[in-house]
Amino acid sequence: MAKHNILIVEDSPTMRQLIIFSLKRLSDCSLVEATDGVDGWKKLSGQNFDLILTDINMPVMDGLKLVSLIRNDEKKRSIPIIIITTEGAEEDKKRGLALGANDYIAKPIQSHTLLEVVKKYIH
Amino acid sequence: MTEKKIPGEWPRHKGEEFLQVFYKGAEFTKELMDENEKLRYRIMQMQEQIQTGGEDANLHDRLAKMEQEIKALADDKERLLKRHEEVEKENKDFADRYIVVQEENNNLANLYIASHQLHSTLDYKEVLRIVLEIVINLVGAETFCLMLLDEKHNEMATVAAEGIEVHQVKNIKIGQGIIGEVAKTGESYFSESTIKRGEIDLEKPVACVPLKIKESVIGLLVIYSLLVQKEQFKNIDYELFNLLASHAATAIYSAKLYSQSERKLSTIQGFLDLLTETPERKPE
Repeated sequence: MAKHNILIVEDSPTMRQLIIFSLKRLSDCSLVEATDGVDGWKKLSGQNFDLILTDINMPVMDGLKLVSLIRNDEKKRSIPIIIITTEGAEEDKKRGLALGANDYIAKPIQSHTLLEVVKKYIH
Repeated sequence: MTEKKIPGEWPRHKGEEFLQVFYKGAEFTKELMDENEKLRYRIMQMQEQIQTGGEDANLHDRLAKMEQEIKALADDKERLLKRHEEVEKENKDFADRYIVVQEENNNLANLYIASHQLHSTLDYKEVLRIVLEIVINLVGAETFCLMLLDEKHNEMATVAAEGIEVHQVKNIKIGQGIIGEVAKTGESYFSESTIKRGEIDLEKPVACVPLKIKESVIGLLVIYSLLVQKEQFKNIDYELFNLLASHAATAIYSAKLYSQSERKLSTIQGFLDLLTETPERKPE
């Protein structure tokens, strides 16, 4: 049985695949994919997660809205959230962190950087 | 005749015994005194030796021995320090190699995913979307467009773009300007100057990569600007460009052919249906 349950919310299949490819190197991790904020929120209602990785720019519901929803939910607010986005600007980073995200990774993602950040929250 | 015992008097043999013991005691005392004399003499000799440095030779030997030991220890220390330096250097080399391997691993993951995604569909629009995604997410480009060869007009026409509208990028004749030259020669172009932020010049891209099938250029990937956090191209970017040059070209070409054949098949099927239709099945 997986020790850690990680939710990946990302609309780009390429990015999802890259994230999964990188995180598969972590043992005892179960990875769940969601294609946008709404899908992510649905999956969050169905099971417990130890970490959430979410893109910011997504259709239907963006990552910032999802972060806000999670942080305002009694049961889910303690789940660590890592924002992944193409936006490297300091302002966007601040916006995400102000909403309650724990960390931030800018695209293009480096596999080892992603692993380092994720390990901070699950080990 | 028996010896007469006088009360309070020792017997004769007792006296002899006493005398023997006495003589032995005297002898022993003499020996002790001789020994004492010898020792005194020895002490005096030694005192004289110390005063005159009589043991110098012995001390020199010991000193020389100790110096040798110190030298041996210093050599050992030197050797250990050298070894420590070597190990430190080895350690640094390993750390550097680990970083390189990590980077290589990351690059391979990117290339694998890009290649896998490119060939995951035969849908033309989907392939274009995947190319855009790769360029955004793996290269980190902010403004760029994808051009395909319009053989009829011998020019490159934009089919997809990111950061700008497709119609903003004018068609470019083969051989015209930087972009046209890349289309003509099939050689990638990378701007030598540092990547600047701000307004972009549609005629001066920071990179222009030909999409080729064998030696035929079927399209171009034209990059005008990179994401804020991306300051310059890295080795992996050039590898990705090489991959895109061939794989994206094949994927786009295949998808295009597939959609054309699908359309033709659909037309033929419709035509065949028309031919084989029975009057009763005609629509009312």
